[in-house]
Amino acid sequence: MMTATLTASNLTCVRGGRRLFENLCFSVVGGGIMALTGPNGAGKTSLLRMLAGLLPPAAGDVRIAADGIVAEDAEDRAHLVGWLGCETALKPQLTLREQLGFFAGLYCACGAEQALERFDLTKTADLPARMLSAGQKRRASLARLMLMGRPVWLLDEPLVSLDEEGRGLTRRAIEAHCREGGLAVVAGHDPLELPCRHLHLEGA
Amino acid sequence: MSAFFAQMRRDVRLAWRAGGIGVALGFFAAVAVLTPLGVGPDPALLVRIGGGVLWLAAMLAALLSLDTLFHADFEDGSLDLIALSSLPLELAALAKIAAHWLCTGLPLAVLALPAAAMFAFPLPAALMLAATLLIGTAAISALGACGAALTLSLRRGALLLPVIVLPLLAPAAIFGSAAVLAALDGVGSGAFLLLSAFSLVALAMSPFAAAAAIRVHLAE
Repeated sequence: MMTATLTASNLTCVRGGRRLFENLCFSVVGGGIMALTGPNGAGKTSLLRMLAGLLPPAAGDVRIAADGIVAEDAEDRAHLVGWLGCETALKPQLTLREQLGFFAGLYCACGAEQALERFDLTKTADLPARMLSAGQKRRASLARLMLMGRPVWLLDEPLVSLDEEGRGLTRRAIEAHCREGGLAVVAGHDPLELPCRHLHLEGA
Repeated sequence: MSAFFAQMRRDVRLAWRAGGIGVALGFFAAVAVLTPLGVGPDPALLVRIGGGVLWLAAMLAALLSLDTLFHADFEDGSLDLIALSSLPLELAALAKIAAHWLCTGLPLAVLALPAAAMFAFPLPAALMLAATLLIGTAAISALGACGAALTLSLRRGALLLPVIVLPLLAPAAIFGSAAVLAALDGVGSGAFLLLSAFSLVALAMSPFAAAAAIRVHLAE
């Protein structure tokens, strides 16, 4: 795993004519976690999408530096980002093993089996995903995130619908990721219970 | 390269499990059976209209499964993960087009052989019909992908899609049925070559157009 740094400067977000935040500046260095909080509609998901390069900011820019190489435009940044969105991105018709195999192929990664094992999903790996509970799907999304092997984790509500054990597994995965030089930006309302910096978005 | 095939394999598997293939084939077979019943048992008439009718049926059948090409992945967040993967979005679009062709174009071309029998086609014309569908459905999948990408975030996108895509497919319908008519008359014709050229151009350009449209929708 490489050490990464994420820098956002003067980020401004305008959604549907409303200015959600402006001139937001922060940086997260490798090993660091930033918890993103704020009321519904404050722009947490929009900020994560901007950091990933999926949403162009109204103003300002985002840089990710990994191993001395600075990625400024969205296309280069995309290769450094591990994304966990609020949707599960799992197909009800396919089994977990098939879907993790697909994402391993798509991200040129390996270790789908270990990822399933780590999140205690081996027993349900051959069931179609429609049979799984919301928490199990969440675990599968986290297993997929680990599998991708990207240095910058952007997580949208990672703890939602997980049981205590699942929350513990998630916290440990984030901790381990940061120990290896990665960084994480975590949006959500549940307390993360990990040493982290906080960024609170007020909303418009 | 392995990422390209991973995307293609997953889309073929999904189409297979979701049963979209059967719907397209069933639609095509229904038109092939009902048209002779509606038009009447005049072999001379059936043989003249067969090429055009079956081409139109194939186009509509292939369009049935196109609206979900990107929409399902957009709704459940898969498209974000595909956009951030090591596979360029253009190649992901091409993989999806290839998977759609494998699951609709290819089986439709095979089904065209028994369907042609319903229209009293002689064997050479039936083979020509299957060949034009084999080549021409690639253009349907490719241009259909552009339409599917453009209507990605619309709630009634499935209804708008044929209105956008069918006019673009006019050259394929013209050259495809012209090649079949020429084969029926036993004369040489450049229609098949023109159809192939049209498919190649559609295949070469569509991935870029579809990827550009997807980027716009993801940024909304």
